[in-house]
Order: sequence, then structure tokens, then C-alpha cells
Amino acid sequence: MAQPASKVGTPNSGVAVAPKKGLRAWFQKRLPVDEFVEDQLTGYYAPKNFNFWYYFGVLSLVVLVLQLVTGIFLTMFYKVGEATAFDSVEFIMREVEWGWLIRYLHSTGASAFFVVVYLHMFRALLYGSYKAPRELLWLFGMAIYLALMAEAFMGYVLPWGNMSFWGAQVIVNLFGTIPAIGPGLVEWIRGDYGIADATLNRFFALHVVAIPLALLLLVTLHLVALRRVGSSNPDGIEIKEKLAANGKPVDGIPFHPYYTLKDLVGVGVFFILFSIIVFFVPTLGGLFLEAPNFEPANPLSTPEHIAPVWYFTPYYAILRAVPDQQLGALLMFASVALFLFLPWLDRSPVKSMRYRGWMSRTALAVFTVSFIVLMYLGLQPAEGLYVLLARIFTVLYFAFFLLMPIYTRIERVKPVPERVTYHAHA
Amino acid sequence: MADNGVITDDGVDTSRRKFLTTATVATGVVGTAFVLVPFIQSWKPSERARALGAPTELDLTKLEPGQMTIVTWRKQQIYVVKRTPEMVASLATDEARLKDPKSEKSEQPEYAKNEQRSVRPDVLVLIGVCTHLGCLPKSRFEPGTADMGTDWPGGFFCPCHGSKFDLAGRVFEGSPASVNLRVPPYSFEQDSKLVVGVDASEKGAA
Repeated sequence: MAQPASKVGTPNSGVAVAPKKGLRAWFQKRLPVDEFVEDQLTGYYAPKNFNFWYYFGVLSLVVLVLQLVTGIFLTMFYKVGEATAFDSVEFIMREVEWGWLIRYLHSTGASAFFVVVYLHMFRALLYGSYKAPRELLWLFGMAIYLALMAEAFMGYVLPWGNMSFWGAQVIVNLFGTIPAIGPGLVEWIRGDYGIADATLNRFFALHVVAIPLALLLLVTLHLVALRRVGSSNPDGIEIKEKLAANGKPVDGIPFHPYYTLKDLVGVGVFFILFSIIVFFVPTLGGLFLEAPNFEPANPLSTPEHIAPVWYFTPYYAILRAVPDQQLGALLMFASVALFLFLPWLDRSPVKSMRYRGWMSRTALAVFTVSFIVLMYLGLQPAEGLYVLLARIFTVLYFAFFLLMPIYTRIERVKPVPERVTYHAHA
Repeated sequence: MADNGVITDDGVDTSRRKFLTTATVATGVVGTAFVLVPFIQSWKPSERARALGAPTELDLTKLEPGQMTIVTWRKQQIYVVKRTPEMVASLATDEARLKDPKSEKSEQPEYAKNEQRSVRPDVLVLIGVCTHLGCLPKSRFEPGTADMGTDWPGGFFCPCHGSKFDLAGRVFEGSPASVNLRVPPYSFEQDSKLVVGVDASEKGAA
């Protein structure tokens, strides 16, 4: 791996020679500020041919910060406990000054997080960003995704609405399908004979302390690994293989200021769309906040139809598509876990879909359609035609992964160009 | 160590060093394992939760044949059905359509492992938690209704994922649940009082 040859202060680096006096010098003597900025931003060269799909990484980071800030403020008013949780959320919504805005930012932020993460993951599928040398980067990303799912699930339990309660019931009982240890494990997770105060309390601790800490650590590792291997790009070419005289990639540009400024525009557009939802349709017709969750938790009354929030529904549809419960739970866990194996399932000599054959392109199209159809089916009742469709698309979903070693190897690929495809603006 | 400040391995007893390293690591691992125990145990149901899981009683004289009532035991809904002779008779007819007609794979006390899945044929006691994923199955006792199909013998229907159970809580083929509804431990005091949470065997003859 060719590392940038230049160091701080050498003529080739973008950093001005540090002054010997003043506040900046005082800090620089005690903290490697200039080196950090150089390593992470000004000296980090990203491919110059990034397109629309490369906004979603930075947007994930923006939403993470939004969730941390709004979440900290919500904990100032939320009262954990069976008897107080639901009322305190209503208190936030009706009586805390601007409480409704802070809560809707947080609840919309949860869905937005999954929107940007799913698009970020789709980018990886589209341009083979998970392929060598970025396997570990992909695995850290998947760990973030798994932590995010746990975080979102536990966060949804906290308002202690009826869907919180029954959602928790269904999800926690999934662990009961594990042979032998299942029933004991479920009781241990709940801390009672049913979903109860003890469950709510530990989910609160995990949601506001443990998982956010894990997420921050994983995001750091994800970014550190990214700095090591460098970003992929829509052509799937390693820009580090073509270096200019200054040791920097000829097809790269400094992340700062070029991409920081470009990303700011993306962040602006994102917040326009985000604000439209927060201010006009915060529940998004039951998609972001489900109607039964505006009623307090009631162990005596199951909601007419239990469906998780939209970002879990593809997996939920797979769970319900299988007539056997153990096998259903197993397939559901497998449907998430298979993403972890992508770097090794994909045997294609090229990374980007631009240069792959019709088989890979068709497979990705079928997978994308399956994911979206399963997402829709998971929101519908499990009956009649819906079950049949869920079974068909479950098979297609798994075929994408399981047949990947075959179709990526046998298909004819196009030659990959030497340099990235790039058209400067006129 | 040489006096020029350079640390070398000269004169180091490496086997002694290796032993000490291994022993220190092993002690640390064992100690960590022991320290983890209280943290893991803290998640188990507390003394208070266990005390609140005490037995529940129900006076059966208030229940008419064909009626169902719900009592709570350990935060679970316990369905108690006074079955009519016709309801009991319906259990014999549909064995072929059941996943586990003999309750071999299902969870119930030994004294309820029979065709009626009960101590007394006229009283059915079930945990009202779907064995699929824990929703509350709804009572649909009327046979052959329009929404349940003409061959419906009467039983329970789970609205979440569509599992169907007969009037003994046995699961029908084609349901996502794979085992029958669970039967809690229970017994009768005199003839008219049901005690959920106390085993019939502990009380002698039921």
C-alpha cells in the first residue's frame, strides 16, 4: 500500500508550515492538531469521480450526531418505568417547550438513519465497495448496522405504547426459538415472567448508554479503516495504484476542502427533505410512528396487527414466510448475517457494476426488488397471496447471496479502464 | 541488563518468564469469569418479580359452559374455558389436521398430556400466549363461520400471524406456530376452585 510520502511542513503537503508562536503553536506543541487535519482531511485523497451515491456515508454521520443531541435532550424529560414512561412522552409532546420538535427530530431521525444506511449499503453493492481490500471496512459497517438495529428496537420500546410492548414481546420471544437454552434466555432478557418494568429499565440503559458507546467506537473503527484503504469509487479502480510526482493519487482530490464542501450541499438537501417530514408528516402515515403506539402498553390487548417499523419489515416478512417457527427465525437471522459474507461470496474480478456482466446486474436488480417487496409484505397481514409472495421473494433474496459465487465467476466482464471516468464541469 | 540503557534478553530465564506470563493471564481470565457472574445474574427475575409470580385462584361456579374467562398469572394471560360436551366431542374429529395431536413436542404438565389437554374434560386451562411469537390468540368458539372456513371446529385464532388452535389448544397444520398452546401447572381445590401455579401432582389426586 503506497502511503503519502509527504509529511507536515514539506512543500508537497497542503498544510502551511506551522507558526512557531501563538495559540496554534502552543496547541501544536501539545497536541498533533496539524497532523490530524492532514491525515484525516487535507492529506486524505478521495477519488475525484464520486457521484450521488457517495453522499450517504457522511449523511449517516450527520444523523448519528442528530440522534445523540436530540436523545440527550429527551432523556432530560423522559421518565423510565412502567408507570411513568408513556405519560412522560406525552408530557414531552404537550408540555415541554419545543418538546414535540425534539421528539419528532429523534423519531424521524431513527427512520432517516436507516434510509441513509440502506442507501449507503446499496452503494457498496452497486460498486463492489466491500471487495478486497475493504473487507474489514465492510465488516465494521455491518457491525454498525447490527448495533443500529438493536438501538432502534430498544428505542421503540421506551415510549411504552402498545406497539412498543407487543413488538418487544415478539422480538424477545424470537430468542425462545433457540433449542434448549431458549426459554431460560428469554426470561433472562426480560428479567420477569413477561415484558415488564425490569425489561423497560434495561432497554433504557442499553439504548442511552451501552449501544451509543459501542456505535461511536465502531464508527471510529469504520473511519480509521476507511483512511487506511481509501474510498472505493463508481469505477472500482484503486486510485492509489496511479500516483503523481507528489506521491498523491492522480485520480484523487483532497477530501477537504473538495468533498467537505460538496457534502455540505448534500446535507442541506437532506435537511430540507427531513424537515418536510418532521413538520408536516412526522408519523408518515403510520410508517415512522405506528398508530397503536399512541395508546399505552396493554398486556391484555394485542394490537389488531403487529408489524415492526418499516426498516425491519423485510426480515419480518422472511420470518413469517416460513411455516416452521424455528426455521423461520433461523432464516431471518441468516438473511441479515449473509451480508457479512459478501466479500467472500463475490468472486468477480471487477468491483463495479459498470464493468460486470448481465448476470450480476440482474441479480442485484432482483435482490433490490425483493428487498423492497419484502419490506412492503412485512407491513401487511400474513395471509393468502401475501404469504405466497413472501415465500417467492424470500427464495429470490437468498438466491442473490447463495448463487453469487457461481454467477460472479462464470459471467463475462468488461475491461476496467486504467483511469477513472471523469468529466469536468464545463 | 547492560548499563548502557539498552534492554536485552541476555541472561533472562525465558521459561520462568513464560510460566509467570501464563499464570498471570490464567488468573486474570478466571477472575474475570467470576466477576462476570454477578452482572449476568442481575438480569434474572428479581426476588420481587418472583414473589409476584405467586399462584392465582378462580371460582369456577361463575363460569357457564361454553364461556371463557381470563386470569393473570406471572403476567401471562391464562385462558380458562368451561367446555360443553359438544366442544369436547369436536376434539376427536380433527386429528389429521393437527401438527402435534398427541402433544409430544408441546409443553404441558404430565397430567394434561392427553387428548383434551386437561385434568377435567370440561375445564380447559391454557397460557394465552401464542407459541409462535407471543401474541394473544383470540377465542373463535363458533364452528364453521364465514371467516374461519366451513370446516372450522371452533378454537383459537392468533391475529398476528394467523396460527389456528383447536379447543384443546392444539395447533393446526398450516400455522406458523409449530407446537400447541402451553398449559400452565394447575390444580383444583374442592371441585369449584381452580388454582393456577400449583401442580396437581403436588396436591395429591386431582
